[in-house]
Amino acid sequence: METAMNTTSTHNWDHNVVLSVEHLTMRFGGLLAVNDLSFNVGRGDITALIGPNGAGKTTVFNCVTGFYKPTEGRIVMRHGQGFQSERVEALTRTGRQFDDAGEDRVFLLERMPDFEISKRAKVARTFQNIRLFGGMTALENLLVAQHNPLMIASSMTIGGIFNLPGYRKARAEAIDFAAYWLEKTGLIDRADDPAADLPYGAQRRLEIARAMCTRPHLLCLDEPAAGLNPRESTELNELLQYIRKDHDTSILLIEHDMGVVMQISDHVVVLDYGQKIADGNAESVKNDPKVISAYLGVDEDEVEAVEETIDQAIREAEERAEDSDTGGKS
Amino acid sequence: MTAAQKPARMAESVKDAAIAAFLVAVLGLFFFGLRTDIGPGGLDLTYRWGLWFIAIAITFGVRLLLNLFVFKAAKPVTSGIKVTVPAGLKSVIGRFLGPVLLVVAMCLPFIIMLLFPNRDRQFIDLAILIMTYVMLGWGLNIVVGLAGLLDLGYVAFYAVGAYSFALLAQHLNIGFWTALPLAGLLAAFWGIILGYPVLRLRGDYLAIVTLAFGEIIRVVLLNWYDFTGGPNGISGIPKPSFFGLDFTRTGGFADFFGIEFATIHRFIYLYYIILVLALITNFVTLRLRKLPIGRAWEALREDEIACRSLGINTTNTKLTAFSIGAMFAGFAGSFFATRQGFISPESFTFLESAIILAIVVLGGLGSQVGVVIASVVMIGGIEILRNLGFLKQIFGPDFEPTQYRMLIFGLAMVLIMVWKPRGIISSRNPSAVYKERKKISSDMVAQGEGH
Repeated sequence: METAMNTTSTHNWDHNVVLSVEHLTMRFGGLLAVNDLSFNVGRGDITALIGPNGAGKTTVFNCVTGFYKPTEGRIVMRHGQGFQSERVEALTRTGRQFDDAGEDRVFLLERMPDFEISKRAKVARTFQNIRLFGGMTALENLLVAQHNPLMIASSMTIGGIFNLPGYRKARAEAIDFAAYWLEKTGLIDRADDPAADLPYGAQRRLEIARAMCTRPHLLCLDEPAAGLNPRESTELNELLQYIRKDHDTSILLIEHDMGVVMQISDHVVVLDYGQKIADGNAESVKNDPKVISAYLGVDEDEVEAVEETIDQAIREAEERAEDSDTGGKS
Repeated sequence: MTAAQKPARMAESVKDAAIAAFLVAVLGLFFFGLRTDIGPGGLDLTYRWGLWFIAIAITFGVRLLLNLFVFKAAKPVTSGIKVTVPAGLKSVIGRFLGPVLLVVAMCLPFIIMLLFPNRDRQFIDLAILIMTYVMLGWGLNIVVGLAGLLDLGYVAFYAVGAYSFALLAQHLNIGFWTALPLAGLLAAFWGIILGYPVLRLRGDYLAIVTLAFGEIIRVVLLNWYDFTGGPNGISGIPKPSFFGLDFTRTGGFADFFGIEFATIHRFIYLYYIILVLALITNFVTLRLRKLPIGRAWEALREDEIACRSLGINTTNTKLTAFSIGAMFAGFAGSFFATRQGFISPESFTFLESAIILAIVVLGGLGSQVGVVIASVVMIGGIEILRNLGFLKQIFGPDFEPTQYRMLIFGLAMVLIMVWKPRGIISSRNPSAVYKERKKISSDMVAQGEGH
């Protein structure tokens, strides 16, 4: 296994792994969307999954979060430290979905149904096209995310009907926790407004807050910065940094906005045509000729020539912009 | 308006009215113009060209008037007709409508006895009928209004409840109060059995399959002659007792309390039973809405995929909605059986499902008070038509207003859907509040797939 060999590596994602995707292949009929993909997500890292349109990023997301069943491959989620290779291998040989003995739980995500992945393996996600509960208030959205603990607190509804003190306490705590995340995402003033009424950027933040209310170990964000203005993008960066630092949550994100990716990612994985073409920190990926060629759509040896042309064009455009005095708008 | 525009408008209006009249002429040719009766040696054909011409003339005239004064007019006469309720009054109505309705419902039998001493039995019976539909509407509201599952076969669970009680009473000699919870449980059990394979379908497909299941139950009841009595139904279903006291002429309720015997006592008693059952349904629904399970139902109606990404087991959540809705239908069914004393599969046709669904949709999906208003209007409205004797004096002794009830019914539904497409009461109350309770306009609330 590729990952096990690199034990001398200094990269966090090579020895402290929260999620490892191993030889993941996804076929839709004749279409090979993801081909033998392996990568690791380090604990506490912000990992970015990037690639041109149609590279298979969202397919990988859907496999990790259980919305698709992968054709081949293994996806391991770990709550404890280290690789725990023996336990994972032992679990793989049995037909079981997870091993939740002790604190170091291990989950084989490709075997679990989607809702169990969120409930047990603690992987939360957001969607490319926002999927909020539009007719429910921001607060209600965050309470739905705490459904499972609240169900247990209401003794599967029976205690709730009679409004027992145990449930009342759990309910107050859930509202406090939701208020905490509304505060963090700057939405506390809109807590009682329906989600569909919020502006676009606020809806994106609310979706992240909702995912965080499931208390995840891994947060998967599908294009969180899409459609945000530069100021909102900066706020998003700060929010993600905060989540990673204070909540012990690792982040895996798909993003097209390179500003966001390069600024906050510890680890970048690049996909093209369903295959991994680069894997490393932001700096190394940025300068990888394979990545550049994939994004520009040319062969590797032509990259320099094309780059030169592009730089030239950018310079010319900037000069023109200065001449017409419209400023440096991007 | 210039003079040149006026003739053009007139010509256009006449042309449009002529087209409408022509359509009626074609469509009505066989419906109005020809009439067949069974006569000796085949069918007798009679021609009714007069009727046909009247229909065409009415269409032409009405359409022309509408064109001139509403559709094509520069200033439609209807523009002045716009009812606006001041916001203050609206919130006062919103706050007090529920409690006022509750108080009225509590005292209703006595109000009726006071106001209509001669026809009290008939009106209390009508109140019982309306209350049964209110309860069914509230039960279906859980499934359709909250969870967003379009169920066209709700009457199946009503039938299960009714037959459960009837069969338990017939074979095991079980009384109403013992059978009531059993009937509810059996209906809920059937809800789970039917729901499990069906609930992975969505929207229109779910609607079709529930429709089929509703019919299957009825057809089974009709054909399983040895067990259910088939089309003959089951009769002699026992009446409910009041803590062991029957409503009989001697040695029953009246004797025990030392009052004079009157058949009306039993009707009043039945009314209060269904009132309490309906209020229990309402209470449980309102409580569940504020609990995690109710919130999960509403979230499911909004977006199923997002629900699954948040760790909600959607199959189980749908099943709970389906079976709790079925349970209340079961209670209502066993009440129906004891009220009628006789049940047959004919009482559980698709029309019943349609009426209950119409009550929920017209009242406003998810709205409890809306269901009450819609039941009173729909069920009470049909009954009122039976009592419009004065119309006979206008239209002649052959005129039978109840023949037109479905027509009026349909017209009322169309009007409500034009005027208030999301139902009479169309705003959602949030289930949890941080600072300030704000009503959510129905434009934002998803109505589930298939609506």
